[in-house]
Amino acid sequence: MSTVTLDNAKVERQPLVSTDSWYEASARQRVEGLLDANSFVEFIGPEMREISPHLALFDLPEQFDDGMVVGLGRIDGAPVLVAAQEGRFMGGAFGEVHGAKLKGLLRAARDMASMPVLILFDTGGVRLQEANAGELAIAEIMRALMEARFAGVPVVGLVGGRSGCYGGGGLIAGSCSALAVSEQGRISVSGPEVIETNRGVEEFDSKDRALVWRTMGGKHRRLIGGAEVFADDTIESFRNAARYLIELAPAPTLDTLEAEQARLAQRIHDFGDCADALDIWRSLGASEPETIPALSYEAFVALADRLQEPRHDAR
Amino acid sequence: METLNYRNKAQQRAKGTRRQAIVGVVASGNLEVLVERILPDGECEVDIRTAAEGFGEVWQAVIADFVERRSPGGLKLSINDGGARPDTVALRLAQAVSAMEGERT
Repeated sequence: MSTVTLDNAKVERQPLVSTDSWYEASARQRVEGLLDANSFVEFIGPEMREISPHLALFDLPEQFDDGMVVGLGRIDGAPVLVAAQEGRFMGGAFGEVHGAKLKGLLRAARDMASMPVLILFDTGGVRLQEANAGELAIAEIMRALMEARFAGVPVVGLVGGRSGCYGGGGLIAGSCSALAVSEQGRISVSGPEVIETNRGVEEFDSKDRALVWRTMGGKHRRLIGGAEVFADDTIESFRNAARYLIELAPAPTLDTLEAEQARLAQRIHDFGDCADALDIWRSLGASEPETIPALSYEAFVALADRLQEPRHDAR
Repeated sequence: METLNYRNKAQQRAKGTRRQAIVGVVASGNLEVLVERILPDGECEVDIRTAAEGFGEVWQAVIADFVERRSPGGLKLSINDGGARPDTVALRLAQAVSAMEGERT
């Protein structure tokens, strides 16, 4: 009898989701788990083989979706547009096709002006083998994103993948209406190795993982107000965060921009002299800042809510 | 990059009604398999683009074993390979056929 029960349990599971961890999941598993069961319809799916026109020149393997999954689905029955980067294919980097799929989705969102957009970031930035096309894509995506927001569309970024959210991805994240980040997520523009290469190991030691995480990681981003929601590393937690932020996303009005400017000015005023994230956390009022990296999800959320209220009028 | 193509006779049509599925990602030691139900019931074709050149015989053996075990009739499998080991390839091929056994289209 026990075998029968096991088999039944297996059948009821969603076919593609074999992990609860957002970090461990692939782009497709995240999309599948984030949306209502069987609601996802992909645009320009892998069967269309819209691969990178550049990688063959470098004798590099292509991926049929170029590392970007875009489409339409539902959360609690309400339609949402979704874009997900596959961080394991070329570090989730933006190439020509990869970027064009996100830009096209955002322009569709702008024109329809009826559905929010979720961007599941997992990227090291621009793909250097197609750097010019990738850089152009970043600029075009930011424009399309802002146009969508001006048309009243909430654009929510979710960050918790193995490649973090770096380079142009960090710029796009900064353009979003709101962000959710997990402890594993990292948000920045120049990544650790880029900083070390350009400024020297005395400036930033990219091998020092604790330094990387407390400077760019999800906990720090939540504490300095760079992300509205700190998510647990589960697909369910990101789904809840997405739901919550779609409702709360501020419209990009003059008031919002002024609130954002004030928030950033306050940040420089409060933390401009700090040499390390630990100093920032201490000046926020954390009595034992060195314990923060090891705090559990629940303990950190409670601490963060006490130290730094998320600002929903800004960004 | 090396391009390989194998056509095999399959004993039976692959189970399920799904028309296509994709499993895996292209990364070091990994591969993606796009599987489409577009061939006559007794045929199976595997199209491969791989970063690791010179392993045609190993691919042929892994695919012959796969067709023998899973009987993936009617399926075309297209592979982008980032230098996966034969056991990983076998696993992904099996995963691709399992994905096709679902009811979704």
